[in-house]
Amino acid sequence: MAYTDKARKQYQEQIEEIKSKGLYKEKRFICSPQDAAITVEYPEGAPKAEVLNFCANNYLGLSSHPEVVKAAHEGLDKRGYGMSSVRFICGTQDIHRELQDRMSKFLGMEDTLLFPSCMDANSGVFEAILEEQDVIIADRLIHASLVDGIRLCSAQYDTFKHMDMKHLKKKLELHSDKRHVLVVTDGVFSMDGDLAPLDEMCDLCDQYGAMILVDDSHASGFIGKTGRGTHEHFNCIDKVDLITTTFGKGLGGASGGCVSGRRELIELCRQKARPYLFSNSMAPPIVNASIKVIDLISKSTELRDKLEWNAAYFRKGVEDAGLCVRPGNTPIVPVMLYNAKLANDMSRDMYAEGIYVIGFFFPVVPAGAARIRVQLSAAHTKEHIDKAVAAFTKVGEKYGILGLDKKGIIDKYGM
Amino acid sequence: MADEMKDMVLEYVIDEYVDEDDDEEIGYDTPLISSGIVDSFSMVSLKVFLEKKYKISLPDNEATPEAFDTVNSICELVKKFQG
Repeated sequence: MAYTDKARKQYQEQIEEIKSKGLYKEKRFICSPQDAAITVEYPEGAPKAEVLNFCANNYLGLSSHPEVVKAAHEGLDKRGYGMSSVRFICGTQDIHRELQDRMSKFLGMEDTLLFPSCMDANSGVFEAILEEQDVIIADRLIHASLVDGIRLCSAQYDTFKHMDMKHLKKKLELHSDKRHVLVVTDGVFSMDGDLAPLDEMCDLCDQYGAMILVDDSHASGFIGKTGRGTHEHFNCIDKVDLITTTFGKGLGGASGGCVSGRRELIELCRQKARPYLFSNSMAPPIVNASIKVIDLISKSTELRDKLEWNAAYFRKGVEDAGLCVRPGNTPIVPVMLYNAKLANDMSRDMYAEGIYVIGFFFPVVPAGAARIRVQLSAAHTKEHIDKAVAAFTKVGEKYGILGLDKKGIIDKYGM
Repeated sequence: MADEMKDMVLEYVIDEYVDEDDDEEIGYDTPLISSGIVDSFSMVSLKVFLEKKYKISLPDNEATPEAFDTVNSICELVKKFQG
């Protein structure tokens, strides 16, 4: 027993420091399946409340879809609970191969490799395909898991201003002497909900002989007219070299991820990516349910069409109410508040109105860019959205921010 | 000479990290990292610039967010490695 009083005290101080900075993440318990309407215990020990969920990545409403749940049961019955192995020893079933093939076809890529999560895919892909003489050029606002993966890799790296094509071009010129150049971006950026201009990025990559990797976790299943993702939206499916994505958001919401792309790059991931080599296989029920998800969204665009309508309807509702909303056309709608305390206070009041949303502030978003990030789902009904807009209007009125722009809110509350 | 270096680094920071439509004023003592103008991930561009421009090598344990927090502290670090 070496957990000394000194060690305990030091860890307690660290936790207190997190609390004093206002960065402490509180426990919230969901006591129902994930859906548009959920039962929540918050704060811990409080009576359970029925609220509408506007902060899940359940974009297509598939987390508790009856056919997906049924497919998970079938996977459990036919292929068991767990694999007790990494993929390459004895952890690959026929259904893992089937899901990989289905994802390649769905995304329009040559090959696909499953990982326990997209975080693992992003942690492993760079070190598997790049070395010291190569360079990664990344958008500055890419997801934290890509940042971690890039830092784990021996290749050099550089960054360009968020979605700034002039700056990317400058960096491509600067690094034209490197062996391989890999440009890295999110397809849809999770905090702002903006779409990376993949058509322009692919053209620049063509011009400079660079490859491109897109993390489409917040796009797969619903961006593009048949939901293939950001590359479909920008009509450049054949120009993207690598896509990483997750089964933990729109595609069912359980867990698991993949890297999809050029055959040789995927093969190298299969041989060298450490999270693939050293972490367990996706569990059979999840694999089987994910195949069902691909079935459902390949047959019909009904869910992504409904999501698109819901997002536009909500956006118009809060804009008409006079809230300051970041422009965009994805199911991520940031209601901008700029001040961290205001974002926190408003999200607490929204919860009291039966709407579950969360305030985000520095360091999750840049300082002075606090917001409530609203995420729409195909599971939301028009009535759900009307209720959310009414709650935003009531709470916005309470804080006197309706009709105020960025400057007006900052003048009133500071940054 | 020292001011020349400060001006050079300041110009690079503004060009590399500040958006064209941003009217934020940055001086020698403006916090860069702790204020969020430069994040620890994109700090690498600045490190590469300094190493190339001043023909030095900055070890990771010296090129810390604290050392890169203002133009003044960056110049002090560069001078230390220029010998």
